[in-house]
Amino acid sequence: MTGHPSTQTAHRDASQEYEILRFEHVTIAFDGDPAIQDISFQIRHGESLVILGSAGSGKTVILKTSIGLLRPESGRVFLFGEDITHRKELDLFDLRARVGMLFQEGALFDSLTIEENVSYPLLNQKTLRCTESEMHNRVEESLRFVELEHTLEKFPSELSGGMRRRVGIARANVTKPELVIYDSPTAGLDPITANNIMALIVKERDLRRATTIIVTQRFQDGQIMAKYRYDREQQNLVAASPADVAGLRLMVMKDGRLVFQGTQQELEQSRDPYISKFVLRH
Amino acid sequence: MLDILKGPVLSIQEFFVLCGRTIKSLGRRPHYFPDLVAQMDIIGVGSLPIVLLCGFFSGVVMALQMSRALRTYGAVTQTGPIVAITLVREMGPVLTSIVVAGRNSAGIASELGSMKVTEQIDAMRALGTDPVQKLVKPRLIATSIMLPCLTVIADFVGLVGGFMIAHFMLSLTGSEYWNGAYRALEYNDVAQGLIKPFVYALVIAMVGCFYGLRTTGGTQGVGLSTTKAVVIAIVWIFVLNAFITQIFVWLAEKGLGLS
Repeated sequence: MTGHPSTQTAHRDASQEYEILRFEHVTIAFDGDPAIQDISFQIRHGESLVILGSAGSGKTVILKTSIGLLRPESGRVFLFGEDITHRKELDLFDLRARVGMLFQEGALFDSLTIEENVSYPLLNQKTLRCTESEMHNRVEESLRFVELEHTLEKFPSELSGGMRRRVGIARANVTKPELVIYDSPTAGLDPITANNIMALIVKERDLRRATTIIVTQRFQDGQIMAKYRYDREQQNLVAASPADVAGLRLMVMKDGRLVFQGTQQELEQSRDPYISKFVLRH
Repeated sequence: MLDILKGPVLSIQEFFVLCGRTIKSLGRRPHYFPDLVAQMDIIGVGSLPIVLLCGFFSGVVMALQMSRALRTYGAVTQTGPIVAITLVREMGPVLTSIVVAGRNSAGIASELGSMKVTEQIDAMRALGTDPVQKLVKPRLIATSIMLPCLTVIADFVGLVGGFMIAHFMLSLTGSEYWNGAYRALEYNDVAQGLIKPFVYALVIAMVGCFYGLRTTGGTQGVGLSTTKAVVIAIVWIFVLNAFITQIFVWLAEKGLGLS
């Protein structure tokens, strides 16, 4: 799935300061109602960001804005160091080719088979085009990662909700993007399937050292990201040391505003009534 | 007052922005030929049975209605010309467009609307595809090609329907009916019979795509978009029909009617 670990570590060290995404006082409103207000944050290469918040708090809006699917009314957004705030749609495709995104519910194309769905970014991103056999291999590899290599010829409607979400993860990662964004990957799933999905996300993060942003309503998802790492030898998740997850930060959204930004430990120790309630409730 | 106008004005502006983006995308690669062929099949071949039925029976009804009046004046031989002119100028283009609007504006709006509410449109954009180029362009081109073809077919089967009545009920011979019909038609009639469906095709495709792409609010929103697309497309067909007819009447009066 990935290259040699030492190569990756070296690569990660060299690019430690490389900025992936930056929001500067971003505000977006729909029909006059602000969806997000004055949001500022930054994420660097290799870091992970977990955005927590209840439904309607603006988490998805942040994700969509980060790759230019939504435009800010004020403020600026930088993706891979480039200002995308007012960039034309067609000029964004090359940057988006470096990002993988899992949408809520997967957003798989109903009319395409699983193989066609997963190969879609390879076929359509100009900068990523490859030969047909290479494409087939990459699709198979990506589906094998989520243990769904036997579903190549099936259609999304033939799969369960959890399986569709896993195909979505395969599609998001088939291009081996520098930044992977997961929009509520566990929403609406039973706890066992949800934990399996989170295990896949942690595995992907640790094997490829991809910069990862995940938005979720479940506090447990943040905990899994913060407390586990994927062990290659055991081929399973194991407890992570603080050094393993040093690049992980959490943010909490409330009514379109950022009310917390910090580490898992800081989150758990927060005295803020909303955050405490949020943390305890899950 | 201004607040009431704001919504419709904004919608019109967004509609023309979409039209502009679609026109720009016409010459830009990729052209998605397989999607174009698929849409031509859905819109053209898929609409053929209902267009054949509607065309045939409108010819039958027109001949039946006319026969009563024509018999009074002993002018049943004029059945062919009247059916031909009415069908080619008006009934063919308008009826076919309304049938196709009901079928395809609804189909386009519901398909694109479902894709919108399930975030497939966003996914498409995120994965390197311009939805206007991938979804709107093939539907626009397919409708623009297929609707004039369907209209010609509807005109022909309508004339056949008229002939059935003329032959079996009015005892007209084939040559009386078909010669009369052929001689009655001028280039002006044929031109408006082809230009009208082409213009209506633009309306049907663009209105369907517009309402589909601006769908919000889940399955209820999809239903609402579908209804709006059909109603607006049909209303615009009637409004534009009046304008185009007026233009051709004016051209004929000025002697510029290609006759």
